[in-house]
Amino acid sequence: MRAERSVRRHLAVTLAAAVVAGLLVLVQAELLAGVLSGRFAATALTGLVAVVALRALLAWTQGAFAGRTATGVKSALRRRLLERLQELGPARLSDHRSGELVTLAGRGLDRLDAYLTGYLPAVAVAGVVPVAVLVRLFAADLASAVIVLVTLPLIPVFGALVGMTTKAVTERQFHALSRLGGHFLDVVRGLPTLRAFGRARYQATVIRQVADAHRAATMRTLRVAFLSSLVLELCASLSLALVAVPIGLRLLGGTLDLTTALLVLLLAPEAYLPLRAMGTRFHASMEGVAAADAAFAVLDGAADPEPATPAKAAASAGPGRGAPRIELENVTVRYPGRDDPALFGVSLTIEPGERVALVGESGGGKSTLLHLLLRFVEPAEGRVLVDGADLRELDPRAWRDRLAFVPQRPHLFATSVAGNIRLGAPEATPDEVRRAAAAARADEFVERLPGGYDTPVGERGANLSAGQRQRVALARAFCRPHAPVLLLDEPTARLDGRSEAAVVAATAELSEGRTAVIVAHRPAMIELADRVVRLHEGRVVSDTAAHRRVPSPAPPPPDNPSSEPPSSGTPVATSSSGASSAGVSFSDARPSHSPSSGTPSSGARSPDGPPPEPGAPGDRTADDEQARSGREETVRAGRQDLGGDR
Amino acid sequence: MNRRMGLRLTWAVLAGAGADLAGLGLIAAAAWLITRAAEQPPLAALSVAIVATRAFATGKGVLRYAERLTGHDVALRAQAATREELYEALIPPRPPRHGGADLLSRMVDDTEAVQDLLVRALIPAAAAALTGLAAVVVGLFVLPVTALVLVAGLAVAGVLLPALTAAAARRWSARIAPARAALAGSVADLVHGSADLAAYGAEDRALTAALAADDDLAALERRQARVQALALAGGTLVQGLTVAAIVLLAQGAEAGPVATAVLALTALVSFEPVLPLAAAGERMAGITAALRRLKEVRTAPAAVAEPRDPAPVPAPPYTVEVEDLVVRHADAARPALDGMSLTLTPGRRVALVGPSGAGKSSLLSALMRLVEPEAGRVLVNGADLRAFASDDARTLMTGLTQDPYVFQTTLRDNLRLAGPEAGEEELARAVREARLEQWVERTGWDAQLGEDGRTVSGGQLQRLALARALLHDPPVLLLDEPAEALDEETADRLMADLLDATRGRTTLLVTHRLRGLEDVDEIVVLEEGRVIQRGTHAELVAAPGYYRDLWESEVLTRSR
Repeated sequence: MRAERSVRRHLAVTLAAAVVAGLLVLVQAELLAGVLSGRFAATALTGLVAVVALRALLAWTQGAFAGRTATGVKSALRRRLLERLQELGPARLSDHRSGELVTLAGRGLDRLDAYLTGYLPAVAVAGVVPVAVLVRLFAADLASAVIVLVTLPLIPVFGALVGMTTKAVTERQFHALSRLGGHFLDVVRGLPTLRAFGRARYQATVIRQVADAHRAATMRTLRVAFLSSLVLELCASLSLALVAVPIGLRLLGGTLDLTTALLVLLLAPEAYLPLRAMGTRFHASMEGVAAADAAFAVLDGAADPEPATPAKAAASAGPGRGAPRIELENVTVRYPGRDDPALFGVSLTIEPGERVALVGESGGGKSTLLHLLLRFVEPAEGRVLVDGADLRELDPRAWRDRLAFVPQRPHLFATSVAGNIRLGAPEATPDEVRRAAAAARADEFVERLPGGYDTPVGERGANLSAGQRQRVALARAFCRPHAPVLLLDEPTARLDGRSEAAVVAATAELSEGRTAVIVAHRPAMIELADRVVRLHEGRVVSDTAAHRRVPSPAPPPPDNPSSEPPSSGTPVATSSSGASSAGVSFSDARPSHSPSSGTPSSGARSPDGPPPEPGAPGDRTADDEQARSGREETVRAGRQDLGGDR
Repeated sequence: MNRRMGLRLTWAVLAGAGADLAGLGLIAAAAWLITRAAEQPPLAALSVAIVATRAFATGKGVLRYAERLTGHDVALRAQAATREELYEALIPPRPPRHGGADLLSRMVDDTEAVQDLLVRALIPAAAAALTGLAAVVVGLFVLPVTALVLVAGLAVAGVLLPALTAAAARRWSARIAPARAALAGSVADLVHGSADLAAYGAEDRALTAALAADDDLAALERRQARVQALALAGGTLVQGLTVAAIVLLAQGAEAGPVATAVLALTALVSFEPVLPLAAAGERMAGITAALRRLKEVRTAPAAVAEPRDPAPVPAPPYTVEVEDLVVRHADAARPALDGMSLTLTPGRRVALVGPSGAGKSSLLSALMRLVEPEAGRVLVNGADLRAFASDDARTLMTGLTQDPYVFQTTLRDNLRLAGPEAGEEELARAVREARLEQWVERTGWDAQLGEDGRTVSGGQLQRLALARALLHDPPVLLLDEPAEALDEETADRLMADLLDATRGRTTLLVTHRLRGLEDVDEIVVLEEGRVIQRGTHAELVAAPGYYRDLWESEVLTRSR
């Protein structure tokens, strides 16, 4: 790669500048010793100034090119990391802790700076300069050279020894340190809660105690950690004394000339300095190495079953462009690192234009089924057929082009509202965007925003309420009018009643004439469906056509102790209006409040056992049916936004 | 900063200066020893220098160690003091803009600036100044004119360059911070929005955007690196030129080899603690910004005024009257609550309904004295709520607030903070009433919760918060959306239990679920801060209006 070659060149320049600058210190010492001893004339000072100027120039070169190296390396790593994240795809991304990945690709890589701009040049200098100094010392004065040669290795040896001890101590303390260190943030974040219970002032004393404990623990580690610099400092300065005193005595005896003596005095520290510099930069750089390790773990990690590339080069989006028939044949999906399969032997046929609701408690495999259809995950066993063609044979992008997907937590991007709606159809005209918004019941609140469709939604949609975000995501799906398959993951979660009604109405329209798979847990959404499929622990436990309303055995309530009726006190309610068909739905979560009912009322399309209506006493009569059909109008008309003005 | 802290700081500075001076002394003594020995005096003349050389060599390492330990100790103490001060300042409720979680994290990070200020800037700078001063004094005694040159050189390297790097860092961080945020934003979009991007075939566009943001940031960082390199080069140049000038002057004044060597080497070494100050200057920009932010937080006015002589809390039972209350959040155009009245007699339960943003939570905030009303008043047994200390007001009226928090501690302690005196029996009952007992059984009372510990789902969090409120059992129980973030079935059961558990308790319940409200004594419907309807469930359902619409859409979305 061109970029990586230029990074290498920049790194080479950085290291060369550092090493040459280090060697110039030798020349500087030579000249200074000559001038001070009077061997060189004062004109040699010009040379000294030239050397200093050259060192300054090299320092600048080193800094500037180190900056280029660092940004080059970070950009290259970041690019590969981000490309890798895309390859991983949404399903496996969620395995990683996504927040950590964002940090890693952002600030995490910045930790490499210390390694690239500090540590690497220091290593290069430490590899060359002490040797050069020793060579020069051997030429000048054998005795001093031997002293330096013998003491020099003490620095890395002691450094490593103390480093290891420090590491052990730090590791022992690490947990306590991070816990105590995080305590303050924890308390500050929870302050409103503490205040509500009158515990805020009390915590001030706790903070003091924890801070004291934290300081004590930190100082314990530092006492050991700083030993390394103590030892290095002592090695270097005592060696200098060790060199200087004999030189003085030999000068006294007349066996040594002053120039050599001064040269030795000036050079000797330069032998130790690069090693100490390397040592001090080592710790800061290790964070960078850890960041790089983390990045490479993501890059190399999971050399996994890449989505089998389509056998045929000209992979298509599948035969036909209309609403397809989707078949799951004995599909099992496993996530790495989990024992239980997310889906186990699921067989399911979804006819063209059929609307299927997926129900069941969380963790049952509903979202996995959607992700399977989206090809975010691949079946471990079994296969998925689209109009008879294996989904694996299709080009994922071309296939996804036929889908409109509303995820459980839609992500809004830090761009305008229109840009968000246009996500799957970048060519859409403003008019098409508006139409999509209107269909998703989003037009009213969007038009009331300060900038209308051009209003930025803020990071992760911060400027919008949950209901508004959900409707923008629905508009996104509407903005793909050609997509024949609709996949919705709990589109009404976290919405209040009116927003929910608006979204349900919008979804009803959106799913018209399309194959729709809707993960749902609210009755209104479920009753849109032609068919209700219940998943429990990765298996289909019931599959009920909505119009048949045949009660099918509900699975045993998984964890439900309570058997009280849900609502306050209107037991009569259970007898009316559709009652609770034990078939599909919430019988696990809303147990036994009307076990004996299930007298299907004729004509009602609902597959779901409606809960007893607390405020709707049992005497609701046929009038109610009428009232209700009128009510639907009310709701459709009442699309105004409730989550709007916050 | 108290006197003991000042003393500790002084010790740290003295140890640092001592270490630097020992380095200076080491080289000066060695230089003197060597050049003097070349003149071949009697050995006795050198013995002091020999001893001094060895002493300085040992002292340098030991004093440096002492400096680093005392420096970090004092810095950690200063940080702890800053945090305490910050916490004390945060206890009185603040206007909401100081609330965001990111803002809080940054604030906590900012307190680390104090540590940096001492360890990276103040102590080294003071030590460097003392060392420079010593070198100048040596110069003054030996050859005054060289002292002048040295002062000039040290001032450039130790004052001018750091000032320049600090200024540059301020300028650059103003440009780099937004670029960094833009990159972080587009990376977050790629990761958190990967499902949306993949489903809509927009991955490539998003990747291109992220890489463009990276390019922008890299270009800025390269330019910043060049500026920093300039400061580094400047330091080297000043050091070299100063030494050269001193040698030239000394030789011109015929000071002799001993004096020249001592002067030159002293000057050379005196720069060593000074040169790193350029980097410290760069860090100073960040430190001063952090300290400024902390000061802003500390001096920000509290949300409510505390009375000078807080009135004693009246005796129960309590009647709370809200009269024409108006609440406006920081310069919003429209008041959040616009003339609201309400009476809570002992044992009465009132529900507040309305779309989000209608002012429901604002009323609770006013009752808990978290915001100052603009007009109107709240009376407790006839006495104005403002006459009580706000802490006392919150002992009367509190409960389940918005955004409850899970602390990084055990489940037991997370619950017990609402009732420090509560026994096992009471804890168990609160947990039971909040329908949390199964989870507690599975997780265990001593399980660590919070960031490092077990994750708590939205529903569990909500029920934990409810358990806290029930355990605390305030005279007037406030419940802000207790069924928020729960799935339908759990929410229904929770609300039913809640209405059971609060029977006979004075309760103000904010909710957007109408189910079960036929049991409460009064329902108040708020919209845009005004009461648009009030009455019992039966009355409100009978009359056309917001409540009936909402009720009907709720019925519709429930069942047919």
